[in-house]
Amino acid sequence: MTDASQNAGPMLAADGTPLKQSLARSLRRQKLRALLLVAPLLLFVMFSFIVPIASMLFRSVENGIVENTLPLTVQALSKWDEQSGELPEEDVYDAFVRDMVVAIDNKQHTRLGSRLNYEETGMSSMFRRSGRQLNKLDPETDGPFKDQLIEIHDGWGDPKTWAVIKTHSPAVTNGYFLNAVDMRRTPEGAQSQPEDKQILIKLFGRTLFMSLVITASCILLAYPVSYLLATLPMRVSNLLMILVLLPFWTSLLVRTSAWKVMLQQQGVINDTLVWLGLVADDARLIIINNQIGTIIAMTHILLPFMILPMYSVMQTIPPSYTRAAKSMGATNWTTFWRIYFPQSIPGIGAGSILVFILAIGYYITPEIVGGTKGVFISNRIAYHISSSLNWGLAAALGTILLAVVLLLYWVYDKIVGIDNVKLG
Amino acid sequence: MKPTKTLLTAAALATAAGSLSAEEMTIVSWGGAYSNSQLKAYHEPYSEKTGVTILNDDSSAEAVAKLRAMNEAGNITWDVVDVVAADAIRLCDEGLAMEIDPDTMLAAAPDGTSAADDFGDLLVSDCFIPQIVYSTTFGYRTDMVGDTPPTDICAVFDLETYPGKRSLEKRPINNMEWALLCDGVAKDDVYSVLETPEGQDQALAKLGTIKDSVVWWSAGADTPQLLADGEVVMGSTYNGRLFSVIEEQKQPVAMLWDAQVFDLDGWIIPAGLSEERQKRALDYIMFATDTQRLADQAKYISYGPARASSAPLVGQHADLGIEMSPHMPTDPENAKNTFLYNYEFWADYRDDIDAKFQAWLAQ
Repeated sequence: MTDASQNAGPMLAADGTPLKQSLARSLRRQKLRALLLVAPLLLFVMFSFIVPIASMLFRSVENGIVENTLPLTVQALSKWDEQSGELPEEDVYDAFVRDMVVAIDNKQHTRLGSRLNYEETGMSSMFRRSGRQLNKLDPETDGPFKDQLIEIHDGWGDPKTWAVIKTHSPAVTNGYFLNAVDMRRTPEGAQSQPEDKQILIKLFGRTLFMSLVITASCILLAYPVSYLLATLPMRVSNLLMILVLLPFWTSLLVRTSAWKVMLQQQGVINDTLVWLGLVADDARLIIINNQIGTIIAMTHILLPFMILPMYSVMQTIPPSYTRAAKSMGATNWTTFWRIYFPQSIPGIGAGSILVFILAIGYYITPEIVGGTKGVFISNRIAYHISSSLNWGLAAALGTILLAVVLLLYWVYDKIVGIDNVKLG
Repeated sequence: MKPTKTLLTAAALATAAGSLSAEEMTIVSWGGAYSNSQLKAYHEPYSEKTGVTILNDDSSAEAVAKLRAMNEAGNITWDVVDVVAADAIRLCDEGLAMEIDPDTMLAAAPDGTSAADDFGDLLVSDCFIPQIVYSTTFGYRTDMVGDTPPTDICAVFDLETYPGKRSLEKRPINNMEWALLCDGVAKDDVYSVLETPEGQDQALAKLGTIKDSVVWWSAGADTPQLLADGEVVMGSTYNGRLFSVIEEQKQPVAMLWDAQVFDLDGWIIPAGLSEERQKRALDYIMFATDTQRLADQAKYISYGPARASSAPLVGQHADLGIEMSPHMPTDPENAKNTFLYNYEFWADYRDDIDAKFQAWLAQ
């Protein structure tokens, strides 16, 4: 007792530092070590997942190119009223020539032309052609420029050209998002695209609808297979498992091309049906290059993603439950529907989420077997990434797709509950 | 001893580093038979001559997007890139390809004609070094057209005489032109008609008459496969692909050269290479695009050399031993009625018309 009261100060560790401090230090060291252990994964996720998504979000609204290339022009245009229907004054033309001379030196003018061509057809060649003659002008001595520019290309004498530049000059734009939902940014505000150019909303709808159909058909096909896998004796079920996994290990392109051979009009399925006399030779079934082709091929390709989670959940359902139900007089159907099925729902949930999210972003299979009516929004994104180079629009489409997936995930959580998903 | 040793090591390292970067270059192309023809005609002789190791990358289909991404990342890993002319124009517009001066950077013809004159009109962009002329044209199944094989492009739109499916590329380019030609528009007026919304609707309406009988392709290998399987009666693709279906695989297919659309494929050098790499790339280009080399490529694939001076040197196929001249899109017999792809028009209208075309397809 006396000893304790004498040492009433803080408790000391062996090396003389207060125990609390020493403990905190060792805890910190442990935390640091744990952090170092997960650091590779954290960095990987950071650089391969978070950074690209952030950059995509940024790209979908970023539009610095107009202001950076034509700073003086954008400033001069701010005083011009694009609704007036009249051409801007000489100050705009003068600023434009000054900007262009610098831009041509840096080879930026054609890049701007390509950017504005997404909004107004013809801008690309206008900037390219004008560039060749504009760089001969000296902004200090050769003015005034209004008539000279209109001489070089009559597009500069069209108020619409200047209205397009002004409309798309802000460094942050909603233009790409408007384009992504079949609308466009105009001097009069957001307007819908002409009817014969509206396609993206339709593609979004089709992508969602077909992904749902594919998910549903995967559930229908995978459920009995998983049930067999989980209940058959080990030797047989292993063999069955190999049959499920074998296609899973085969290259995606090979499987998709194989479907082409199977489904085309002179293909295996049609040949067999004609040989059996079920289908007339001149009325062969059209089951490829349309929605049916995409649904068949994608269901096949995504099936393992449904079977595997279902199987691992079904394996954990104790057979004694169903036996107990039967011993108390339940029919086979009641046993299945009241006892077995509810316990297998977490597997269906996990499989459905996997299949649906994979399907919604699928690209190569719809491209090969989808023809014109079976393609997805991702095919359009690919076009804008690699062919039209309209990365802003591609980013906006990607962002919308991401938002739709998150929204559906949220809805799923509300209805089914995300706790009700199990991978085994 | 020690300093000498360090010095030696440093020297060895420097040589190793120097030789590593000096002896390797990455050349990007399309893959398949086409890359193979380049390997035989250009890469192998060049490696033999200079000791440079050439690495192939089959990424030409995504070259524009990838070059743009490399440029944004500030790390360009390609030295020479094979692209179609339309892509070269876009790369030049985007500042992603370096400008080429044909008279100082390309070899003159053996008779002294300057490179600029030898290539002539085919120098469609300041950054583009043409290599081959290819054409997009139709092939048809000889056993599915009865006794009247088609001789005219409008056979494509004639479902009565030639029933069955046809394959067309899933993009507006070429299809819109053919549709207008067969809808009574004169050849010289095609692009001025296509500039107007009415003209675009006219072309789509003409395509609409066969829409239900069309299989739309997106890869060059699709039409050859569809023809070989008898899935379509006729289809458009690149003439070299049809050559291999007809001559190498001996399928019952024949060429319909009428209204073939000429297009160009060639090299660009990415902008922003280090001086040393740029020098090497230019040295390769100087070698690979001279008169003899371009003619050599035609031994392996049926695309026409882009130099006027190479045409007389085109010989026989290296393996099949057949004369290559009659299989060239530029052969006078084949080129009786040709259509010239308008680069500037499509650079402007591509996105606009593509949106319309895709919306029309989806209807």
